[in-house]
Amino acid sequence: MRTIIFRTIAPYLAALMILFSVFVLLRGHNEPGGGFIGGLIAASALAIYGIACGVASVRRAIVFHPMSISAFGLFIAVLAGLPSLLLKQSYMTSQWLSFRFFDVNVDLSTPMLFDIGVYFVVVGSIASIALALEERESD
Amino acid sequence: METGLSILIGLFFTVSVYLMLSKELVRMLLGIAILGNAVNLLIFTAGRLTREVPPLIPEELYTPAVQTANPLPQALVLTAIVISFSFLAFLLVLAFRAYQELGTDDANEMRVAEPADEQAPPQGY
Amino acid sequence: MTPAAIDTTILAVLAPFAAAVVAPFATKIFKHNAAWILALVPAWIFYHFAGYIGPVSHGETFTPAVEWAPSYGINLSFYIDGLSTLFALLISGIGTFIILYAGGYLNGHPQQGRFFSFLFLFMGAMLGLVTGNNLITLFIFWELTSITSFLLIGFDHLRAASRRAALQALVVTGGGGLSLLAAFILIIGATGEIEMSVLLSSPDVIKNSGLYLPIFILVLGGAFTKSAQFPFHFWLPNAMEAPTPVSAFLHSATMVKAGVYLLMRMHPLLGDTELWTTVLPIFGGVTLLVGTILAVRQTDLKLMLAYTTVASLGLLVMLVGTSWEKALEGAVLYLLAHSLFKGALFMVAGIIDHETGTRDVTKLGGLRGAMPITFAAACLAALSMSGLPPFIGFIAKEVLYEGTWEMGAGSLLVTGTAVLGNSLMLVIAAAVAIKPFFGPAVETPKHAHEGPVLLFAGPLVLSLAGFAAAFFAHQTGELFIGPMLSSLTGQSAHVDLHLIPGYISAPLILSVLTVALGVVLYLQLARLRALVASVLAAIGWGPDKGFDQFVAGIVSLSAAVTRLVQGGKMQTYMMLTFGVTAAAVLVPAFLNDGLPSMPAMPDYAFYEWGILGMAFLGLIAVLVAKTRLTAIVSLGIQGFAVALIFMLFGAPDLSFTQFMVETLSVVILALVMTRLNLSPRDHRPAGAALVTGAISAGVGAGIALTLMAITQQPFDSRLSDFFTAYSRTIAHGRNIVNVIIVDFRGFDTLGEIAVVVLAGLCVLALIRVRTKPEVKVDEDASAEALAKRVEAS
Repeated sequence: MRTIIFRTIAPYLAALMILFSVFVLLRGHNEPGGGFIGGLIAASALAIYGIACGVASVRRAIVFHPMSISAFGLFIAVLAGLPSLLLKQSYMTSQWLSFRFFDVNVDLSTPMLFDIGVYFVVVGSIASIALALEERESD
Repeated sequence: METGLSILIGLFFTVSVYLMLSKELVRMLLGIAILGNAVNLLIFTAGRLTREVPPLIPEELYTPAVQTANPLPQALVLTAIVISFSFLAFLLVLAFRAYQELGTDDANEMRVAEPADEQAPPQGY
Repeated sequence: MTPAAIDTTILAVLAPFAAAVVAPFATKIFKHNAAWILALVPAWIFYHFAGYIGPVSHGETFTPAVEWAPSYGINLSFYIDGLSTLFALLISGIGTFIILYAGGYLNGHPQQGRFFSFLFLFMGAMLGLVTGNNLITLFIFWELTSITSFLLIGFDHLRAASRRAALQALVVTGGGGLSLLAAFILIIGATGEIEMSVLLSSPDVIKNSGLYLPIFILVLGGAFTKSAQFPFHFWLPNAMEAPTPVSAFLHSATMVKAGVYLLMRMHPLLGDTELWTTVLPIFGGVTLLVGTILAVRQTDLKLMLAYTTVASLGLLVMLVGTSWEKALEGAVLYLLAHSLFKGALFMVAGIIDHETGTRDVTKLGGLRGAMPITFAAACLAALSMSGLPPFIGFIAKEVLYEGTWEMGAGSLLVTGTAVLGNSLMLVIAAAVAIKPFFGPAVETPKHAHEGPVLLFAGPLVLSLAGFAAAFFAHQTGELFIGPMLSSLTGQSAHVDLHLIPGYISAPLILSVLTVALGVVLYLQLARLRALVASVLAAIGWGPDKGFDQFVAGIVSLSAAVTRLVQGGKMQTYMMLTFGVTAAAVLVPAFLNDGLPSMPAMPDYAFYEWGILGMAFLGLIAVLVAKTRLTAIVSLGIQGFAVALIFMLFGAPDLSFTQFMVETLSVVILALVMTRLNLSPRDHRPAGAALVTGAISAGVGAGIALTLMAITQQPFDSRLSDFFTAYSRTIAHGRNIVNVIIVDFRGFDTLGEIAVVVLAGLCVLALIRVRTKPEVKVDEDASAEALAKRVEAS
């Protein structure tokens, strides 16, 4: 698997895929996409990078342990439900904030935050599984 | 339109169950992987099929102009796909570890919890 | 009674449960002297219920209640009338002395606190039982007495005999409790009423309903097991494995009387029918005779007393079964008398056992010098038991003879049984109370001397109470017996008691006859004992042995059933599961005409056919793959085909997700399987392949047919329409699927991503975990370390 061509292009491919995954995540509310798909794309990127360049370099690249990323995602998702409580609405009622920024309409919302949480959960968990399985090849 | 898919789904289930009924762990895992797809397709089809019109609302409208595909089973299946994958990964590792510890891939020989020569329960008080 | 005092009754009933929590701590601080403090609880309860004596004797009744589960009609409601007042007084009064007695009897026992706790739990349950008004709460307290008696009988749980006796009591009385529950449910169903007080206000409802017979049988099932009637009598003597305070409390005055209480309580509802007056006297009479005869056989003090308790319960059931007012009066009197003298005698037996080290009557003698107070208590109680004046036992016997003599049909039979039983009772009373104290002193395992005040207070007070009740016969009749009799007959009854019979009458002659017969039998006791023993040996089987066979049979049966359904073969489990699945889907469809109508040929385009064909080929390839790699690749093919199907039918989100997941699946399968030295080849023989093939085809066909049938039905699209209509207007999103996931059904998704996190964690844990090599523990060293730690603390 570790051909020179694969090893050379893998980092760029992975970077591109992660960029694409963020794009898919953010357009998810209006076009096909969303946290689940984005997370899977990013996890695949990490898996490819891991196969090409070794798991150790992936772990270095993402700094945090993948399960920590996953837990962080779950934390964000839970957090996204809380603002509605302040407004005396039931948990997870969506809240929206729209403003203009350099002539672009920007919509910030709690469902988006929630979707970002989903993204991190999927990236973290799937990458953790994939990396753990790849790692065992070396021992 | 659903008929053809129904038959295909029946075939998915048949193959999956047949694989799960074998005693080799690897074939069982293959069966479980197929079972996930079978169930997802089942839910998808039970929500009725609509060709090629995804449940998206055009930029300028508030509701879709034409009849779209049923969004509800899609939402159910989307999360189910990810969960069944996590589940499959878990089972895969479980099977792998069981094979490492017990040295066999025959489900009928894995009898740690229910040993074959289990003694009869005591009769006293 | 003020309303506040009536409401306090609820506290009084629940107070023992609070005491049960406190008891272990009190015992830790004050050791056995905690009994003095703890006994204040039942003493206060006694005082509280004593306040009811006046109003109740004027025919008043009270129904304090608090809501518990009002939506089911289940409330903590209590019914205070003559019957429950006397029972509550007996329970709390005798309970007070039992607590004291337990303080002396288990002095220094490491688990004394626990013992107090169990006793209080039982006391609370028993109080709740006799005062319970709501049928369901009554049942709960009933079962609670069974459970707490299980704990008490099995208190000495290191001995197998204790464990057996405890289990036996639980199985018999608990099983009877279930029968009672069924009876209560039938009563509620037949009358629509759940409160005993309401039922008692219209007593003929049950008798006139078609369910009288089953209700009658089920109530007897509960009462006969609890009150140890033949053939369920065997658990009571075995329960003597319990420490003596338990025997004195549960097996004389309280728990075993619960069945009699139930019969008395239900008498207005179920009694005075032909069935009642036939069945009850027969069972009661047989129990009376069996109990006394078996008591003669014993040489153990406690066992002799236990069998006479069985006999007394039989006598009570027989009397209640006559439904004749005078006989009922005799039953009520005898119940009071028996509680007093039997409680006292059990405690006496306990003192003898405690101070001499044996309770075998043949090894005891001449104790009257060493234990004068105990001897006095024993004499008083035994005289009451023998039915001699001037004790309450005598009055009870006079009244009950008068009742049975006058009652008409069956009078001779019932009276004869009573005379025979009572004379044998006298024999046992003499053997228990006279034999150990008179005659030459015999060497005993321990040096005999008088017990401490904690021990002899109870028997002395109880036996004196038996005398006082007789001395103030008039008041006893007016305050206790009359009100209780009213509860039994359902109308106000007047009772006039005299200690000294005014004239020579049939009862007096019967009494003299009883005593004469008793004295003759006592003189022949040794011969009688040998005779009974030889008869029993000839029979060689009893319900007690039957219980062992029953338990052994149950264990073997369950072992056999377990081996049958859980043979330990994965394949069997799977075959069963899927076989049942196939049957569950297919059979109802065939039976109820649920099959789909013949579908038209689907009008797919050629590329759609192509994709379906690709899925088909992928599946078949997985099935027949000869190598791992082929199998994995084929699995990928069917997965991608599924993704394409999603794409075809307007689900781009699903399609992308499926593509990603299939890719990752293939990758991780490849990663794992390259290291698993396994072959995916199928090795099953042709026969097995045929069976499993049939099962899987059944499942597949069943699901395909069901799905076709479903899709041929009109579609209810309300939910989907809702999401489609509001996705943009309230949730500001144009991708309806995504809006459902993150907004409309966000809470579901939260749960689902939590599952994904958990799966990730589990995989990580599974990979990391290593079977540790066996660590050898140096047992001596660890025992030493443990001892040091204990010392340090």
